[in-house]
Amino acid sequence: MIWKEILIRYGELSTKGRNKMDFIRRLRENIRHAFADLGHLHIRTERDRMFIAIEDEAQMDALLAGLPKIFGIQSFSPVAACEKDMDAMKKLAITIMDTFKDEQLTFKVEVKRTDKTFPLDSHSIQREIGGHVLPQYQNLSVKVKHPDVELRVEVRHDSTYMMAQVIPGAGGMPVGSNGKSLLMLSGGIDSPVAGYLMMKRGVRLEAIHFFSPPYTSQNSLEKVKVLANELTKFGANIRLHVIPFTEIQVLIKEKVPSNVSMTTTRRMMLKVADKVREEIGALAIVTGESLGQVASQTLESLTAINAVTNTPILRPLISNDKLEIIDIAEKIGTYETSIQPFEDCCTIFTPASPKTKPKLEKVEHYESFSDFDELIERAVNNREVYIFPKKEQPKDKFADLL
Amino acid sequence: MKAKTIYLDNSATTKPYKEVMQTFMAVNEQYYANPASIHAMGVESNELLLRAREQVADILKTEAKNVLFTSGGTESNNTAIFGLARGNKHKGQHIITTEIEHPSVLESVKQLEKEGFEIEYLRVNKQGVISLDELKAKIRKDTVLVSIMHVNNEMGAIQPIFEAATIVHAESRAAFHVDAVQSFGKLPLSFNGEDGPDCITISGHKIHGFKGSGVLAFRKQMQWQPYALGGGQEFGLRSGTVAVPQAVALAKAARIAVETMQERAEKYRAWQQEIRAELAQFGDVVHILSSPACAAHILSFSVRDIKGEVLINAMQKHGVIVSTSSACSSKQTKTSHVVEALTIDEHYKKGVIRISFGAHVTAEDIAQFIQVIKKVLMELKGELLL
Repeated sequence: MIWKEILIRYGELSTKGRNKMDFIRRLRENIRHAFADLGHLHIRTERDRMFIAIEDEAQMDALLAGLPKIFGIQSFSPVAACEKDMDAMKKLAITIMDTFKDEQLTFKVEVKRTDKTFPLDSHSIQREIGGHVLPQYQNLSVKVKHPDVELRVEVRHDSTYMMAQVIPGAGGMPVGSNGKSLLMLSGGIDSPVAGYLMMKRGVRLEAIHFFSPPYTSQNSLEKVKVLANELTKFGANIRLHVIPFTEIQVLIKEKVPSNVSMTTTRRMMLKVADKVREEIGALAIVTGESLGQVASQTLESLTAINAVTNTPILRPLISNDKLEIIDIAEKIGTYETSIQPFEDCCTIFTPASPKTKPKLEKVEHYESFSDFDELIERAVNNREVYIFPKKEQPKDKFADLL
Repeated sequence: MKAKTIYLDNSATTKPYKEVMQTFMAVNEQYYANPASIHAMGVESNELLLRAREQVADILKTEAKNVLFTSGGTESNNTAIFGLARGNKHKGQHIITTEIEHPSVLESVKQLEKEGFEIEYLRVNKQGVISLDELKAKIRKDTVLVSIMHVNNEMGAIQPIFEAATIVHAESRAAFHVDAVQSFGKLPLSFNGEDGPDCITISGHKIHGFKGSGVLAFRKQMQWQPYALGGGQEFGLRSGTVAVPQAVALAKAARIAVETMQERAEKYRAWQQEIRAELAQFGDVVHILSSPACAAHILSFSVRDIKGEVLINAMQKHGVIVSTSSACSSKQTKTSHVVEALTIDEHYKKGVIRISFGAHVTAEDIAQFIQVIKKVLMELKGELLL
């Protein structure tokens, strides 16, 4: 195997002054966490870049597949190594440049000679390697300033290192570098996308889901668990709080007129979420709301719902079109799961014509006849908590069959 | 006492593995729910179906969503050819296949010809192998489908499908379908990244799985017009309630086939050499159709001026089951299209028989077969040999 290590360039965090070391440490831990199944990774950090040592092909493949999902990485490059011998170096240069054989490109060779005992100086190495590579590829031409591809050669004491490929990363900031928030995860298309976007900005997430058995099935809950698990692929654990919501929904249906029941339902959900947020020490609540998408997402509705708390509510999708949201959902791999047709607690008890412009005073008036607080307390206390990704695989009941 | 039956017709069909039969029973007992149902039982059988899909996808190096379960090789071939040709009609109406394909391919392209497609057939040489130069010459910008079988069912010729794939992908936008019914589990085969086939047909009952089960797998998602219409199962590409027990059984048979492939191939190769050496002693009485470069599990040969049927009956009397060139066409009296394509001497056209090895064949079986074929040949052709 020619590969020796992967070089990682930090994203935005390179500019983040005093907190920089924290960010770097966070990124390193997130990488370790995302690739925990590869065993212990040897990661070396520097001010502006980080190196992961590569031990075998399988590890390389897993890292190449997984690194583009980790936030806080601007780009990364596989680094190859060979003996400090001109013939070996030429051979390796060809192997690496093979990656680009199908495109018309400008390139140059950049040499750094850390090992000053190496017989050739950097200029001669550059000439030798460039002169060897160039005639073999019709598609390459030399350009010294801003070439498309830079073949970087570094003669160090132990080996010669070489790289050319620059693979774009996910950008953003390492998850966890910007505090923790609670995501309201419904099982639809929007909320996982909202969660993803906040993770991209470095927010660590816990998720809350409202479950109304027997009206919603175990399948709908399984679907939400799958979504929560999908989100962990972007580099952090997620705890999912499942709230038993049936009691509250039944009371709303009994006591609140049907055209505002949806607003009340949302308000109760937000109250529950806010209590959970407080318990877990999160700073904000994240929702997948997008302005005007449904009756509960008009400005009037959002105002009436928001009135139950002062906690910041982050709505990263507020200005996105549905199609834009679907695009992101497909890209991050949650779309297929989201569109599975299971009822969630928002779609049952849906009134025929919910008010798109509910009046806060009226909603509060209707709610005042019932004691929701006790039910909310109970729902919060009786919640079930799941941790993703699942650490141990459950015993495989299908193994014998396959 | 009746002697043990020696079954050497494994290219027609195989006896299912015991483990595969156990799987089939167990799945029918426990996971019989419709995988499209949303109740818990349905969800469970769907999970199992997904696992079977993943297992087949891993073997072929594609993704689970690109693996369709079908009712067998014929349906897979029909589905691929109609689906890909009709679905890409806007790009062109030119199809290339070979003259030695299985009837499920040949009859499908004939139907497409009636719908306005232009079909060209690649010829084969005496070894039964196509010429890549001819493919290069025939392929055009408006070719939409190329279908080439990996291993021929009548004499085991191996086609250079990976080299063909390179040509197809470089010279056209055509989809490249490979009928791998006879090669899967016998030769290494996968989508091989960008350089392999686009679409592969596999049959369950040729790899010690069940009749009535097959796979059609794709390298990636493709332009496609569904052939079986209905409830939109199998990603809308093949409607009809998915036969989960068949699918799981096939996945298991496929796993065993791939795991034991190397070991079986060595065995088959040795047996084939042994039989070839024995048959060589009969000089021009026996003509071997399968070239030494053919697949190890198939050996076709012909006895001068003797009808295949006569040979089969004679050998059967001694407990050895072999076949004429293919099981599908063995009841027809005319010479098979594959044998015709090989342009062999008239004297050998009528008497083609095929022996094909499987996982349950033993070295003793082969020794017994050799005894029997020698005895039969002496009975039928003794006067020429003495």
